[in-house]
Amino acid sequence: MKEIYLDNNATTKVDEAVFEEMRPYFCELYGNPSSMHFFGGQVQSKVNEARGHVAELLGATPDEIIFTACGTESDNAAIRSALEVFPDRRHIITSRVEHPAVLTQCRNLTQKGYRVTEIGVDGAGCLDLEELKAAVDTDTAIVSLMWANNETGVLFPVEEAAAIAKAKGALFHSDAVQAIGKIPINMAASNIDMLSLSGHKLHAPKGIGVLYLRRGTPFRPFMVGGHQEKSRRAGTENAAAIIALGKACQLAGQHMEAENTVVKALRDRLQDALMAAIPYARINGAGAERLPNTTSIAFEFVEGEAILLLLSEFGICASSGSACTSGSLEPSHVLRAMGVPFTCAHGSIRFSLSRYTTDAEIDTVIREMPPIIARLRQMSPFGREHLKGQG
Amino acid sequence: MWDYTPIVKDHFLNPRNVGDIPDADAVGEVGSLACGDALKLYLKLDDNKEKIVDAKFQTFGCASAIASSSALTEMVKGKTLDEALAVSNQDIADFLGGLPEEKMHCSVMGQEALEVAILKYRGMEIPQHDSEHDHGHAYPDFEGEIVCKCFGITDTFLKKVIETNRLTTVEQVTNFTKAGGACGGCIPKIQELIAQVLGDADIQPRKRPEKLSNMKKMQLIQEVLERDIRPLLWADGGDLELIDIDGSKVQVAFRKACAGCASSGNTARMVEVKLRDLVAEDIVVEEVAQ
Repeated sequence: MKEIYLDNNATTKVDEAVFEEMRPYFCELYGNPSSMHFFGGQVQSKVNEARGHVAELLGATPDEIIFTACGTESDNAAIRSALEVFPDRRHIITSRVEHPAVLTQCRNLTQKGYRVTEIGVDGAGCLDLEELKAAVDTDTAIVSLMWANNETGVLFPVEEAAAIAKAKGALFHSDAVQAIGKIPINMAASNIDMLSLSGHKLHAPKGIGVLYLRRGTPFRPFMVGGHQEKSRRAGTENAAAIIALGKACQLAGQHMEAENTVVKALRDRLQDALMAAIPYARINGAGAERLPNTTSIAFEFVEGEAILLLLSEFGICASSGSACTSGSLEPSHVLRAMGVPFTCAHGSIRFSLSRYTTDAEIDTVIREMPPIIARLRQMSPFGREHLKGQG
Repeated sequence: MWDYTPIVKDHFLNPRNVGDIPDADAVGEVGSLACGDALKLYLKLDDNKEKIVDAKFQTFGCASAIASSSALTEMVKGKTLDEALAVSNQDIADFLGGLPEEKMHCSVMGQEALEVAILKYRGMEIPQHDSEHDHGHAYPDFEGEIVCKCFGITDTFLKKVIETNRLTTVEQVTNFTKAGGACGGCIPKIQELIAQVLGDADIQPRKRPEKLSNMKKMQLIQEVLERDIRPLLWADGGDLELIDIDGSKVQVAFRKACAGCASSGNTARMVEVKLRDLVAEDIVVEEVAQ
């Protein structure tokens, strides 16, 4: 069965051109970039070239790019660094809807005596900037807020938030894993200190991430050892993956406009058609500015895992904010923070598109989804009164 | 992705007996929208009001919740009410070829709906259950005290599930009942309950069901042999094999170090004592040479 892959916020297909770019660096050009011979040297120059491509996509300079193993490592490194840089500041600010890569670490730090404030969001998923203003003080070491939410695609006003943090001398970090490659970002005109990105969310392979570190920002490394990455991240470079990421960033820059026109139009068509065809549905974060590729729709009276498995019968790959899919027993912390009622949270489905998504694929989802929801509602003991006569 | 058996997938994709029975004799409702799964079970009895002639369900929940409900309706059709009451959540899981441990709570939900339906039919007072809005009680068991506030699980219910499934860890209890799976605030209390149940089991003989069907008895005998007896023999380098079960007569053959051992007669008595204790008073164990 051919897959209809609408789960690009989970991971993406490696672009063929990206794969070709990295291929020689396994069996042929396998030298260590740090070695003092031509064989390592040629890998070194290719790694530098890749660093340039990443910097260009971010509007950064190459020396501001630190390669890591993944987005989670970048998030961990940023927060830990800030706490070491400011040993006297014992307060961390984040949001209630962050990715676990940030949230789990912050919650663990409360056990080490740090004070953690989790800023809330409104019903549309928008950050409460007033709450942030009130929370930041001279004890705050770092404010870490995501650029775009992985579940709803809702964008946070990170520049305003960074200005608020910096007014009190705190560092500002943004987990931009979902934003990079989907919306234009220009660090040259920003006051964000640190930024995380992950290769496999933008058509590079898994196992490569970046921590952007603004020039002049104090930093203490998370991984220590060799002098790689100017001693800011020890460990032999994953050269092939770095080279792949460089290519992926180049391509992301080229596709940026299409992402915000073609992909966005497909996303809009999908959500409009589903909302028109299926009663008792709502778009999570509808009122907010969102990523062009993401839509999260809550279908009342049905449960997400059951929807996903029926979609899967048609080759359609999506994801859910329901409890049952994750092994956790509670529905998504993001949807709950937004005040989405339990009745909707359990039946929330996220579709995340990419530049590979086609019109025909969207047609298939628009065709198959309404009968799937109707079938599960027919089975459900709830909402039968509401749904009478609507199948 | 969950590793569901082909039987689970089949019962999810082609659920049996979906719907309601307008003139049902017994209806059992458990779970709630807030909790993420809920089941409404309808039973229709024969004219003598003894046997279940039809069963239907409506379920809100994941694939394994739907499959468990479908399996349950298939299992109880044709059973008397007493036979149906003897169906355990493990029986439902076994019928489906097993469930991932994290999904065992779906089988518990099925068993519970069945029990509620039958007890209600028999006139037991069970308070009205508002499944669409209620987040206080997942199961209409209003005797106990709420332990898990997130999922509305009481201590009496937890103790019952811990005992019947012989659970020993908090993680297992969460997998079987969801209790402790959200905020985690009740985990110490769950630990206490496990200790209580395990402690009780040491002092008192396990409560046996009043009357066992033959099928159930055979299954229990096999379970006890596998779980409680063979490991003891292995410890001494021995083993036994179940040869036959005829009513209450259990024939076993001793293997390895036990075979031809002078004290195998004593071992056979030990097996008998265990089976009488854990399955039924009238069991007789015979040693056969095979």
